Amino acid sequence: MQIVLEKRSQASSWMNVMSPVLAIGLTVIMGGLIFAAMGKPPLTALYLYFIDPLTSWWSIEEVLVKAGPLVLIGVGLAVCFKANVWNIGAEGQLTAGALMGAMVPVLLGDWQSPWALVLMLLLGALGGAMFAFIPAWLKTRFGVNEILTSLMLVYIAQLFLDWMVRGPWKDPHGYNFPKSVAFEGWHLLPMWGDGRMHLGLVVALVIALVLYWVMRNNLKGFEVRVVGSAPRAGAFAGFSQTKMVWFCFALSGGLAGLAGLIEVAGPIGQLQPHISPNYGFTAIIVAFLGRLNPLGVVFSGLLLAISYIGGEGVQIELGISDKTTQVFQGMLLFFILMCDTLILYRVRYLSGTQANIEGETS
Amino acid sequence: MQNNSNNCLHTPLLRVTKLTKKFGDFVANDDLCLSIETGKVHALLGENGAGKSTLVKMMYGALQPTSGTIEWQGQTITVANPAHARDLGIGMVFQHFSLFEALTVVENISLALPPQLRQGNLSQRIASLSNEYGLPLNPEALVADLSVGERQRIEIVRCLLQQPKLLIMDEPTAVLTPQEAQALFATLRRLVAEGCAVLYISHRLEEVKQICHDATILRHGQLVAKVDPQVETAATLAQLMVGSSVHQVNRQANNDVGPVLLGLTHLNHRSSTPFGVELLDINLSVKAGEILAIAGVAGNGQSELFGVISGEEGDRSDCSMVLMEQVCNGLNINQRRQLGAAFVPEERMGHGAVEHLCLTDNILLSRHACNDTPSPLNRGLMGIDRAQLATLNSTIGRDYDVRKGHEDAQAGSLSGGNLQKFVVGRELNRKPKVLVINQPTWGVDAGAAALIRQAVIDLSRQGSAILVISQDLDEIFELADTIAVISRGQLSAGYAASQLSREDIGLMMAGSHEQNSVEVGA
Repeated sequence: MQIVLEKRSQASSWMNVMSPVLAIGLTVIMGGLIFAAMGKPPLTALYLYFIDPLTSWWSIEEVLVKAGPLVLIGVGLAVCFKANVWNIGAEGQLTAGALMGAMVPVLLGDWQSPWALVLMLLLGALGGAMFAFIPAWLKTRFGVNEILTSLMLVYIAQLFLDWMVRGPWKDPHGYNFPKSVAFEGWHLLPMWGDGRMHLGLVVALVIALVLYWVMRNNLKGFEVRVVGSAPRAGAFAGFSQTKMVWFCFALSGGLAGLAGLIEVAGPIGQLQPHISPNYGFTAIIVAFLGRLNPLGVVFSGLLLAISYIGGEGVQIELGISDKTTQVFQGMLLFFILMCDTLILYRVRYLSGTQANIEGETS
Repeated sequence: MQNNSNNCLHTPLLRVTKLTKKFGDFVANDDLCLSIETGKVHALLGENGAGKSTLVKMMYGALQPTSGTIEWQGQTITVANPAHARDLGIGMVFQHFSLFEALTVVENISLALPPQLRQGNLSQRIASLSNEYGLPLNPEALVADLSVGERQRIEIVRCLLQQPKLLIMDEPTAVLTPQEAQALFATLRRLVAEGCAVLYISHRLEEVKQICHDATILRHGQLVAKVDPQVETAATLAQLMVGSSVHQVNRQANNDVGPVLLGLTHLNHRSSTPFGVELLDINLSVKAGEILAIAGVAGNGQSELFGVISGEEGDRSDCSMVLMEQVCNGLNINQRRQLGAAFVPEERMGHGAVEHLCLTDNILLSRHACNDTPSPLNRGLMGIDRAQLATLNSTIGRDYDVRKGHEDAQAGSLSGGNLQKFVVGRELNRKPKVLVINQPTWGVDAGAAALIRQAVIDLSRQGSAILVISQDLDEIFELADTIAVISRGQLSAGYAASQLSREDIGLMMAGSHEQNSVEVGA
């Protein structure tokens, strides 16, 4: 017997909806099995992982704080991937944005005005976009694969940040810790509640809604869909492939940079060697789990945020390594990509002789 | 020849009985019976989508029948795969060749042969075999340097090396000039004289009458007739193929020709893709009310020329191009549309339309920047006006008889003919002053082809200038006021259609006008 994947004549719309649900289900089952294999009670662990974060106001707030950057980066990447442009380096653009925006508090520490915050937000987005222009330029000018360049640039950005906070931008009164000065006053985002809720989540939601409208009802969204799925038809419509690459890197890089700035001017409050628990990479999962649809990304961003908090929860309660978060996220991406195959292909079982024939001719 | 019950005197070489092939619910071949005799050329006729390819793929082992039997020399067999078919003595020449451009003729042939045939001096065997059958071929030549006709010879020689008893040819003349086709027919006659059988797939009726002994006609997967092509006329064969009498296109002579609306002088263009054809010193002009048709075998620079005129190839040319009496070098495709031009590319799926987008979105594809009134966009925020697009869609659907599953279906769900009517209708609906249309009815059923051709003629009689690029000579003679021929990136002068014969065009397709061009007529 042999199992073959047969291309569907038309993509299955039912599977398009079911694929993320199926992927989440498979991740939960697989996660339970892993917990059991480690000798931990699987049901308790799964409860702690997925449900417990939603049972207290404090942890819900934490989930929302984590969801903010994931959604912000995820919607940018969703547009990018829809256009068949593969920006894998959002983590680096996030870092570049944080560095660029931090110029205001670090270099102009005495300038206290609402405009300082506005300038920081703009600089954050600009920094991310400009850093993303490096792979965009390499791709459009030399045809270099953007997956490799954008990924490699992540490490350059992170090492540059590391050097900055240990060197030029180290807080002179910081007891030699690798940190910048703590941001103050108008260099921090408005916060509210008793936790760490800040303006970033509102920004993320507004941008997700705007991009949802653009992708559905605006010519630019149409352009993204056409260029991404049928490049020659895109040329026929007069859309430029090159401009689309620049647009996508500007948008996704800019949003990642903005997310980075919001992190350092929000929950963290200063520059330090590590400013993101891999938000830029996790946002890739967020974008796919959200079906590359900005509204879907809002929900998948929340789900992935739960996985961060749940991971911390099981670490505290059951003493399981915090690497489980990454294992869960990895499984989720693996299953979503696997289930997505079902949208375009159907599984067929072949009996012995037939299998041989089809195998040789196809 | 009416049925196969009385031929117990001799067993046919190959006989299929009640052969059925289903793809899901779709019946591609329905209960087909046919027998092929040694020493004859058997024609398999039918429109695109009639099931010809499915049938021969089952004979060649590339597909397995859902039910029914195949008998080879009287024995019931299962053709497991193409290698098995070749072992039996069935060779096939496909419409689209699978050759490596960077390798030589002998290397390409060697790759496809079973090991026992690769031994010995293969290039000498190729040379002698190809000379013997009138298929001149240099075994050491690089495939990239060869013409399409020469490439086809490689495929034929490859089959002949295996000494087939049955040779299947899928639309072999689609890519040949009339003269090359005649040479091929001579080879086929020689093969059948030596006792080989040939199954000849085509929808060109004249050549079927010329070389075939038997003909089987398929329509919608069913066998509709077995006839003697020598007795039938092309018209009766066409009627059997289409199922009704073919609508004749009505073209009145045009005396009312206006100013030049599309003009190219001394166009030189190097293609942006590595295997593209370089265009050399192309001059053409199309006047208002005139249809200029460019004939030529596919792959001689047609798509590059289309790309340059539409503006998709970018501004790489150093010529002067005039559209609507304005110089249009450097303008992009939408700026050219705004001047009054419209374009229909050769490939409807993936170029003229996007498969998974709905029809209204596909209207937007070419209409979003035409400055039409009313516009399909709300100016300012560039929002898409769905209501406006829906109105346009129903107008196009009605005017051009686009049959679809539901009003705003996905483009991919339409049949080839209906999608082509939609793509052409989308452009004609604008009443463009200049229309450039590449292969207007390629792979389209006869009814849709007639409708499209009539619409193109009607547009020209309303004073538009039309440039048609086609490799179908029937279509060219149906449409054209003026004919030019393209070969290897060079375009001949334009001649009045009434002054040219098919043979003249054939000579030009073979390159008689290149460099030191020979003047024909005019």
